[in-house]
Amino acid sequence: MQVTAPGRALLTGNAAAAWAARLARVDYVPAFPITPQTEIIETLSAWIDAGELDCRLVTMESEHAMVAAAGAAAVTGVRVFTATSSQGLLYALEMLYAVAGWRAPLVLVNVSRGLAAPITLEPDHNDVLAARDTGFLQIHCATCQEVLDSVLMAFRLAEDPRVRLPVIVNQDGFYLSFTREPVELPDPEAAAGFVGPFDPGTLRFRASAPLSQGVAVLGGGPYSYFRYEMHLAAQAALSVYDEIAAEFAATFGRRPPPVEAYRLEDADYAFYMTGSFATRAKEAVDCLRQAGWRIGLVRPRLLRPLPEARLRELLAGKKAVAVIDQNLSLGKGGVLYAELASALYGHRGAPLLVSFIGGLGGRDLPPEEFFAMAGVLKAAAHEGAAPPPRLLFTAEELEEVHRLRAIAGAERARLKESP
Amino acid sequence: MRDKKPSFPKPLPSTHLLGTGTPMCAGCGGLQVLHEIYDLLGPKTVFVNAAGCLTLLAVYPFTPFRGGWLYTAMAAAPAGAQGVRDALDILVRQGRLPPEENLEVVALTGDGAAYGMGLSATSSAIERGLDFLYLCYDNEGYGNTGQQYSEATPHAARTATSGGPRGFMGYKKDLFAIWAAHRPAYAATVAGAEMLDLARKAEKAKSLRGPRLILALAPCPTGWDFDPQDTVEIGRLAVKTGIWPLKEYVDGRVVHTKIPRPRLPVEEYLKRQGRFAHLFEPVRQEELLKEIQAQVDAYWARVES
Ligand SMILES: Cc1ncc(C[n+]2csc(CCOP(=O)(O)OP(=O)(O)O)c2C)c(N)n1
Ligand code: SF4
Repeated sequence: MQVTAPGRALLTGNAAAAWAARLARVDYVPAFPITPQTEIIETLSAWIDAGELDCRLVTMESEHAMVAAAGAAAVTGVRVFTATSSQGLLYALEMLYAVAGWRAPLVLVNVSRGLAAPITLEPDHNDVLAARDTGFLQIHCATCQEVLDSVLMAFRLAEDPRVRLPVIVNQDGFYLSFTREPVELPDPEAAAGFVGPFDPGTLRFRASAPLSQGVAVLGGGPYSYFRYEMHLAAQAALSVYDEIAAEFAATFGRRPPPVEAYRLEDADYAFYMTGSFATRAKEAVDCLRQAGWRIGLVRPRLLRPLPEARLRELLAGKKAVAVIDQNLSLGKGGVLYAELASALYGHRGAPLLVSFIGGLGGRDLPPEEFFAMAGVLKAAAHEGAAPPPRLLFTAEELEEVHRLRAIAGAERARLKESP
Repeated sequence: MRDKKPSFPKPLPSTHLLGTGTPMCAGCGGLQVLHEIYDLLGPKTVFVNAAGCLTLLAVYPFTPFRGGWLYTAMAAAPAGAQGVRDALDILVRQGRLPPEENLEVVALTGDGAAYGMGLSATSSAIERGLDFLYLCYDNEGYGNTGQQYSEATPHAARTATSGGPRGFMGYKKDLFAIWAAHRPAYAATVAGAEMLDLARKAEKAKSLRGPRLILALAPCPTGWDFDPQDTVEIGRLAVKTGIWPLKEYVDGRVVHTKIPRPRLPVEEYLKRQGRFAHLFEPVRQEELLKEIQAQVDAYWARVES
């Protein structure tokens, strides 16, 4: 890591995440390795060892323990950062719900990776969406700069007295985690000033102030009370986010929006998706525009809370929207599709939604597929009805699977014959 | 290994820290040891709890604790303890917490968590040298869910999931030995019924830093099927028959703090509990009774050799 803040540097998404934690002056990092996240904790560890970062990093024995320690430390009164991916996030799932319920204001970077089985290292979003209902807020990034900015903002969001919920900042494995992009590193003093000192609020353990946390409730009344409080706090995070974003813009000159709208103003059609593949969608939009299409992109960065009113505002009056889900709820379909449909249903000017599943396990989304999706949108608008959801897959990909199988089969037959 | 008389020169605390009116069963042996140990540790304590019967001690908006309490999850108490300890240390070091505000961190779990689901977290916390006390109340089953057998259930005991004619076919895991193999700062077995021995060990544990275990036999009237008024007696019999050895690990050595002499036949302990009734009725299961006695004898033969 030959970078010295501030200034412009070429950083991977993982390095950007580590830088953000450093700039936020985190006190505590419980950690556990998993590809493609590991570089984040290694980077932080190296800074701590070199005396550049005053922070305690503890490698736990699992992500379940890691999140338990993270939450416990946060409710004892220190600023906590942690990171994981995929199997790790799922291994911690029980504790994600628990620490959100404790209202532990910590920040977790998830580096998305497809879930086993079959096991893979490459990204999709089923991992982070499994944490969708935990009470963690979720910010999904498309660039390394966004990773850095979002982590800094996430601390503000998590620690805000009107919110007090943990936040997941999501980036895609490989496509962001291991890809270097130019990143503007904020001045450390400005970043520290923006994030501010950690305020434990009412949550802390100390001898003179007895406090029982995470206690049981009896019955649905008190249970609902606390769950509703969390839900309302998560919803309150929408306007808090806007405040924080305005302050961020005033300090650093960038304003990461809750929902990015790209070339949408006069558009009849739109792509709707999250994550780094949305940069592909932008290129496709540019090409299609050159060919005369009126098409744009809507990319929610905030997935929890979901900025539903903003989405309605942006999409009202469009003819058709292609929802591209880089996830698959097996037996149902795309998660973003179902969520967007519920946000738009029954509202004036709601467009037709066409569901596409793509990018699973890092599967590429080439420009031609965007063009094809645009074609489907136009046909749907013409018909006035959406076609059934599509699972993006090419004949060549199917052939490739068959070819590999044939090779393995031939090899097996050869081994059987040879003595 | 040799005999060592328990000695506790100070009078036992006369004030009781744990509030009353908890929803534990009458005669709960787990609650008994918690009462006893809490008084000795004092109010500057934060308990980090795993799912179990004692989780229901703190029910919103009431708590019987004078210090801190954090319920985590069944497998997570030692990891939660790590987070609390580390955060307190960070706060003290940074001058954000006056040292007199510091707390002792105590993981509090049943045997199901301690012997099974939470053992990986425990092993790792010990390996990291975490400065915490682990208090396990061992009621020899998953009590909160209705006393199914756990990894701490003794041979032949009937539980909700070992209801056959011979009871539980497995053998109780040796958690004390597992802890000792980690070379912790301290590990001890106690029984609520042996107050002086318990008090000395709690004081000892309190005086040390690092990973420390207090493994307490917790007679459970509900799960073991005996009259709640017999909790203390059952605990005493466990010690007198030698089926629950009182011992401690300190400075790399295991010392037995009470050698029962003469040792009562283990039957005296077993026959008082419904969970072992099938060993006596409708017919005596001589072979099983012999096996259990032989195991206890073999244990003490090793100790005394
Ligand atoms: C992950 C998980 N699995 C199962 C449970 C259900 N459960 C709650 S308490 C309990 C028994 C715990 O047994 P033990 O640690 O011996 O404590 P005791 O109930 O005997 O006090 C179980 C299985 C749970 N809370 N969490
Ligand atoms: S079931 Fe046993 S351990 Fe649980 S509260 Fe009742 S007596 Fe105590």
